[in-house]
Amino acid sequence: MFARLKQMLIKEFIQVFRDKRTRFVLFVPPIVQMLVFGYAATYEIRHVPTAVLDLDHTQESRELVARFSATPYFDVKQELDDRRQIADILDRGQAVVALHIHPGFAEQLRSGQTAPLQIIVDGTNSNTALIATGYANQIAQGFALDYQRDRMQRMSPALVERAPQIQLDARPWYNESFTSRWFFVPGVIGSLTLVLVTTLTAFAVVREREIGTLEQMMVTPIRPSEFILGKTLPFFLIGLFDVALIGTIGTFWFRVPFRGSIFVLFAGTVVFLLCMLGIGLFISTVSSTQQQAMVTSFFFIMPAITFSGFGFPISTMPQWLQTLTYLDPLRYFLIVLRGVYLKGIGFDILWPQMAAMLALGVTLLTVSVFRFHKALD
Amino acid sequence: MSYRRFAAVASKEMIQIIRDTRSLIIVILMPIILVLLFGYGVNLDVKHVPVYVFDREGSQQSQDLLKRFQASEYFRLIRAVDSYPKLVRAIDDGHAKLGLVIPPDFSQRLRSGQPVSVQAIVDATDDNTANVAVNYSQAVVNGFSQDVQIEWLRDRGVTFTGLPLNVEARTWYNEDLESSAFIVPGVLALVMSVIGAFLTSLTIAREWERGTMEQLVSTPVTSLEIMLGKLVPYFVIGMFDVAVCTALALLWFKVPFRGSLMTLFLCSALFLIVVLSLGFFISVIAKNQLAASQIALIATFLPAFLLSGFLFAIEQMPTVIQYITRMLPARYYVSALKKIFLKGTPATMLYGELVPLTIFTVVLATIATRAFHKRLV
Repeated sequence: MFARLKQMLIKEFIQVFRDKRTRFVLFVPPIVQMLVFGYAATYEIRHVPTAVLDLDHTQESRELVARFSATPYFDVKQELDDRRQIADILDRGQAVVALHIHPGFAEQLRSGQTAPLQIIVDGTNSNTALIATGYANQIAQGFALDYQRDRMQRMSPALVERAPQIQLDARPWYNESFTSRWFFVPGVIGSLTLVLVTTLTAFAVVREREIGTLEQMMVTPIRPSEFILGKTLPFFLIGLFDVALIGTIGTFWFRVPFRGSIFVLFAGTVVFLLCMLGIGLFISTVSSTQQQAMVTSFFFIMPAITFSGFGFPISTMPQWLQTLTYLDPLRYFLIVLRGVYLKGIGFDILWPQMAAMLALGVTLLTVSVFRFHKALD
Repeated sequence: MSYRRFAAVASKEMIQIIRDTRSLIIVILMPIILVLLFGYGVNLDVKHVPVYVFDREGSQQSQDLLKRFQASEYFRLIRAVDSYPKLVRAIDDGHAKLGLVIPPDFSQRLRSGQPVSVQAIVDATDDNTANVAVNYSQAVVNGFSQDVQIEWLRDRGVTFTGLPLNVEARTWYNEDLESSAFIVPGVLALVMSVIGAFLTSLTIAREWERGTMEQLVSTPVTSLEIMLGKLVPYFVIGMFDVAVCTALALLWFKVPFRGSLMTLFLCSALFLIVVLSLGFFISVIAKNQLAASQIALIATFLPAFLLSGFLFAIEQMPTVIQYITRMLPARYYVSALKKIFLKGTPATMLYGELVPLTIFTVVLATIATRAFHKRLV
């Protein structure tokens, strides 16, 4: 058995590495995608172009505006003098946020009334809008709190000194400076492995079927189980290698911290690869041409990535979708990846994810191998 | 160029698409699936963040503060724990995204007028959710602090009203900050990329691989007729998919549509020609299906997904990447889509998108024709 398997493996490796284009497919797309994702994928907002319509022109209104431009989030680019201009610059996309300070702003503040501050945000990118509104609210609130504190101080300094005050001591763990890249890079490792291993496995088997060499293989003494093992083992190894390759880029190029143990990551990768090989094999049993295999993989890959928590939180999806995500192997692998990279946690916490992937992987492989046997008969 | 010969090639291509059930399913089902996938799966709005609480005091006042968190739709109090390690564990294994720790002397310090801080441990692995959660917690704590202060001062005979500033945040174009309104229009670009480049390059690469392209070339059909005959059916399918996606966006997801359908179809037609030419070009240079599909993914799908502003705001990317996006047709198409759907920008104000798209159309169509000619001679 080992002799036959060895021959089969040698054949597979030769086949994979002989063709210049296949070699290209193995290594270049993952690296390119990793680099593009690492640089482009970000939910952070910085330097949002901001326009100001200050109709009050007082020290107070100017101080408020100064607070906005003092943050890295807002860049005050334009000063307007008519409210109709707001619509114009937002329509043209020259500013994403507009602050509108009404006349009498300082007057109202001084007399202890509530002064309105209007913030108009372009909602075409709902995420930028959401975060920008959050920051704007925080800045305005900070201004109001300080202003009121000053007023109290003037009225009854002795009392204010003793007035109770509650502060929030926010401690962001694992990603102290809210770097989007730290969130995305481990996710990209998982998604790329998923894409690569499923499509390659599916393609390898289907191509043999399409060009008729599958039948030729079957008349040799090789057993179906050896054939399957011979087909999947190379991609298993390539999958491991790619995780190592893009993981290295993540750590050394993008400087994402690696706080856990390589061993835990290795174990997680192994069980995840079981799932991917199972799916790749399954796709190959339902496709007769490479084109069909490619398209079927696409139908699997898109939902698998979207519902994995890769870039869109699972907790905000509709309930029925959340339940469905439990069937997504990538969901568990991403928890393992982020857990190992950012949280530095180990088996004691990650065992449910590992167990889930193992169960899914074994089920998928069993079903695929069974179907594969049937397809050969 | 003869219309009859062109029509013959085109109808042969159409028959081929219709006969292959799976391709047919793809061209009809894929747009629907992608729209549903992103419409439901992508929601960046942060709500119901799971919170664990370690209330070390359990007094009336600490409970009051927690009630405020409970009342906010942004948080969901899951459990109160009685030790710090339990809280840490919940953050580690992902059951809690936010952990609140209220100090044991909370109410006592408040009574004596000392500042108190409430600790908020945030799982910042997902920087976006964490950031928003911190902002909202800040707002809750500030509001509580204000009220406690005002009450305290009132007991001592000093009257103060609430905060002197009232922030009215308004979001234009997407008033409820629906993620689907921001995501779904952009899905059109993904669909066009898949149909236009991915599917086309695969189909044509198959003809090269099987040698049927050479057979076709040996007939009296000219190369231009072949190219047009191959691409026009996909163009028709692509435009049909634009209609399907738009209908789904408007009727199912209730995405606002403020522009004109004419403009939408004009932009879509331009972009479709761009991706079709690209798909054709890829098939000419790639020769085998695996390589063609991978190149198509990297050259069209990935930019449409990552670098087009579909999900991630272009202004937030590093400057170098921003320059790269200017060379990508998808960027202009996505920008046009958002403006047409949400802002209702008329065609005359879309020159910033239409001019680049037209240039891309001409350039890429020329390159594809040239490459095809060259390959034949």
